[in-house]
Amino acid sequence: MSGVNRISGAGRLTPARSARFTFDGRTLTALEGDTVASALIANDIHLVGRSFKYHRPRGILSAGAEEPNALLDVARDAARRQPNVRATVQEVFDGMKVSSQNRWPSLAFDIGGFNDLLSPFFAAGFYYKTFMWPKAAWHKLYEPFIRRAAGLGVAPTEADPDHYSSRYVHCDVLVVGAGIAGLAAALAAAKAGAKVILCDEQPGVGGALHYDSGTVIDGKPGYDWAQATGKALAAMDNVTLLTRTTAFGYYNHNFVGLVERVTDHLASPEKSLPRERLWQVRAKKVILANGAIERHMVFANNDRPGIMLASAGRTYLNHFGVAVGKRVGVYTAHDSAYEAAFDLKKAGVTVAAIVDCREKPGEAVLAKARELGIEVLAGHSVVNTTGKLRIASINVARNGGGASRKIAVDALLVSAGWTPSVHLFSQSRGKVKFDASTERFLPGTYAQECLSVGACNGTDDLQATIDEALAAGELAARAAGAEGGAQVTLTGRNAFEWTGGMHGAAEGAGADTTVKAFIDFQHDVCAKDIRLAVREGMHSIEHIKRFTTNGMASDQGKLSNMHGLAIAAEALGKEIPAVGLTTFRQPYTPVTFGTIVSHSRGSLFDPARKTPMHAWEEAHGAEFEDVGNWKRAWFYPQAGEDMHEAVARECKTVRDVAGVFDASTLGKIEVVGPDAAKFLNLMYTNAWDNLKPGRCRYGIMLREDGFIYDDGVVGRMAEDRFHVTTTTGGAPRVLQHMEDYLQTEFPHLKVWLTSTTEQWAVIAVQGPKAREIIAPLVEGIDLSNGAFPHMSVAEGKICGVPTRLFRMSFTGELGFEVNVPADYGQAVWEAIWARAEPMGACAYGTETMHVLRAEKGYIIVGQDTDGTVTPHDAGLSWAVSKKKPDFVGIRGLTRPDLVKEGRKQLVGLLTKDPKVVLEEGAQIVADPNEPKPMTMLGHVTSSYWSSNCGRSIALALVAGGQARLGQTLYVPMADRTIAVEVSDMVFFDKEGGRLHG
Amino acid sequence: MLLIYCPYCEEERSELEFRNGGDAHIARPTNMAEISDEEFEAYFFLRDNPKGVIFERWRHVHGCGRFFNAARDTISDRFLTTYKAGEPKPDLNEKPKTGAEVETYEALEGAAQ
Repeated sequence: MSGVNRISGAGRLTPARSARFTFDGRTLTALEGDTVASALIANDIHLVGRSFKYHRPRGILSAGAEEPNALLDVARDAARRQPNVRATVQEVFDGMKVSSQNRWPSLAFDIGGFNDLLSPFFAAGFYYKTFMWPKAAWHKLYEPFIRRAAGLGVAPTEADPDHYSSRYVHCDVLVVGAGIAGLAAALAAAKAGAKVILCDEQPGVGGALHYDSGTVIDGKPGYDWAQATGKALAAMDNVTLLTRTTAFGYYNHNFVGLVERVTDHLASPEKSLPRERLWQVRAKKVILANGAIERHMVFANNDRPGIMLASAGRTYLNHFGVAVGKRVGVYTAHDSAYEAAFDLKKAGVTVAAIVDCREKPGEAVLAKARELGIEVLAGHSVVNTTGKLRIASINVARNGGGASRKIAVDALLVSAGWTPSVHLFSQSRGKVKFDASTERFLPGTYAQECLSVGACNGTDDLQATIDEALAAGELAARAAGAEGGAQVTLTGRNAFEWTGGMHGAAEGAGADTTVKAFIDFQHDVCAKDIRLAVREGMHSIEHIKRFTTNGMASDQGKLSNMHGLAIAAEALGKEIPAVGLTTFRQPYTPVTFGTIVSHSRGSLFDPARKTPMHAWEEAHGAEFEDVGNWKRAWFYPQAGEDMHEAVARECKTVRDVAGVFDASTLGKIEVVGPDAAKFLNLMYTNAWDNLKPGRCRYGIMLREDGFIYDDGVVGRMAEDRFHVTTTTGGAPRVLQHMEDYLQTEFPHLKVWLTSTTEQWAVIAVQGPKAREIIAPLVEGIDLSNGAFPHMSVAEGKICGVPTRLFRMSFTGELGFEVNVPADYGQAVWEAIWARAEPMGACAYGTETMHVLRAEKGYIIVGQDTDGTVTPHDAGLSWAVSKKKPDFVGIRGLTRPDLVKEGRKQLVGLLTKDPKVVLEEGAQIVADPNEPKPMTMLGHVTSSYWSSNCGRSIALALVAGGQARLGQTLYVPMADRTIAVEVSDMVFFDKEGGRLHG
Repeated sequence: MLLIYCPYCEEERSELEFRNGGDAHIARPTNMAEISDEEFEAYFFLRDNPKGVIFERWRHVHGCGRFFNAARDTISDRFLTTYKAGEPKPDLNEKPKTGAEVETYEALEGAAQ
């Protein structure tokens, strides 16, 4: 037996196909096709959770995506566990474990329920008032308390073992929603020959026909027509039908995000299947057919388990074959709820009464109710309910007062009417308009290529919906260029025309300030809270929303927005449209991070760039550091060495013997053309006309505002060809910067730019023995000091392969940078290493490179500069040409602030205690005893232990630094103050003789 | 995600392939070194940030690599037109050119043969 409330012969599930699952440890039986909600109700379970703020017992309110209450924890196994799953959309599979949330120690007895008694202290906005003081209590007391108390689900602790996929797809017409309107629109578009995608969040097509019992389309019962139409559409080559697929976001230019739930309904999914699939759809036309959402009635204690939307009660009966109770009441302001009573009555369920707050219900439904012998109390309201963990009775009173009558019920179906679902339309930046006659917000001005049809467009009549949808489908298809022939006509009729509907509090919610008449179930917002917000001075709906948190839960107020708005409008004495509607944001329903992230996890999150020598470096024990996306060898620890020891050894070895360094990640741009020198004159501060082929120069690139943007050595290979190097991290933006000026400001220059970063492997050989190491391997280049002095470049061969050989140095030593085509990088490296190692040289990494360059006062752009440093600040005035009439940044350099006295300038710092190494980023002050806030002169940019100097060294940006040489300054740290002396930036080989060795 | 018509590739491509380059039609002064502080301020720092039509630069950085200009409505993000770098500000009341009417590098190559 799949539950005591299952009615044999009712519903569309197959009784023979059952599935077992657990709810809070109790094993229950469901039928295949059940949602968790329908299976729980079948087993007579309505109590499924505790509310967010007051911990009130809560039940299942809806049968769809709008569910605010029934949020459960659903697990396949320990790692595959998801909190806050809506029981109304999660399908049951065999072996699933379901748990309630936000309760302790148990669902039926929850300590947090105490909050309900304390509710006077938890009024709207209490966060803003109660927890103001004392300030120190916030971190220790209030925030942890609120976080613990406010949490609904608990996130899983294990990594997600599932995989997710994503795909891009283009189509002519995307139809969102496969109810009557969506199916008709898709059919018309498809028959016209358009490439159509039709998606629906439910497992099957049909939309509202899931609950319907009286609609006939094309001569068939509505639901049967929908299934047949869905099948026909799915069989068409030009149609993609996606069920269990939610269109969650409508973005710019008809870009719509869909999430398809692929395996969450399967007991044992194939391993190859993704759990969810993200469809990124670009549609020429979008047809929105996402229907309407039924509103609940707002009255005192309207949140007891067993109270649910009338359409939900119908869905559970007509689709799942489950009665929501044995004695069901109906409370409504709309005709649609009557049909729920009719269906229940016909299925043998007792209908206690229909309470209708309207004086005049629709005549047709009223007549039918009489015919079926159902008591209708028109002009009456439910003024209160009883029942601790499940509704037990309703108190009904004549509108305007008088004695109330108690009616026993075990379920209550409610309906205040239907809210057109304009979420996606609003996301598309369309402007809604208020239809005063029906009191609904409907699509008004469209911002994108889309059309709304059916209930979401405010079209009520069935035939009008069908005609509107068919016309829209064909129109969209034609507009997208489809030229197919067939036109579609369909006829439909439904059992009753519906009238009625209301917003805001019904009688019985009262103007009382203590009655709990809930509008937002998920955030426990009551009608009184909205009134309180207005009394406290909130006049804009945006403020009211934030003060009360109405509509701010994960259901985004699908049920509560219109109620909240109507109550606010009434309290403010304004019309609804004058108060305004808040904007709907993506996503329509919550989307898992897994879906958004998709394949971009682990090694695919941010692909690593590796140099041609990476494998060798790995094999030789290098530790790596990330520089941009590059993996760079950081240092090469030998047995027993820590980082400090390894770097100290490498630094000594390079200066005493030599070192080999992988510099392949440096950005490289080939600048070619008759105007190449002219172009570089404009891009760099230096002059390039007078650089002879075969020579190199250190260049500084500025932005137009005069600040350093990048630097690097540029070699002139020929009159019309330069080999430009950039910083590792700067390569793409430097090329962008150059392209920008070349294409848009200096298009008259004949220059071509090519990124060659990955084409060249670069091996730096630095140190006194550098020449001896490479000389026997090099052909065609005279390496002697006379023929090939510091800052030279030549083309020749090394190890038989072509090379661009630079004589240059970022260490202050005799040095070469061997550029070879990337594919030869590792072979040439190994050949150089075979000579270097026996001489006592070492391989060194980026950390040693940093120390060695700091010993020489060579800056690193981005470490010693921060986008506010000029060449003059950095002590590089010599690199700024005074003769050129123009270069990028020339005018910026003369801005008043950039020539002002007292700018922060780059200097060296020597700690008074040579053993103390400063912390990079530490602040510098002149007077360590100055009361806080102290006057900060600048900060340490680079700081290292220098084994070659036998002491610590540092670079720092200090206000007026160049005038402070020799002064003592202080670096205050948490535990001590460090005295430092300002020095020049060269700590080693001040004369620079080693460069020319 | 925007869909942008590259006037060089003559195709609508996803925003993923492009990078925005700020306001268009701001010419770098040819006498840069001589301009006043006020002129430099106007050239480098001051921008209008209009609500409505903006003329802006885009680069098809992961495509042809070219810079071009666009007129975009900042309210709706709708592109009114895109056009090649160096072309004058278009009259937006005029019917926008279609791909076939735009003078292309390929068309010029063909004419030269």
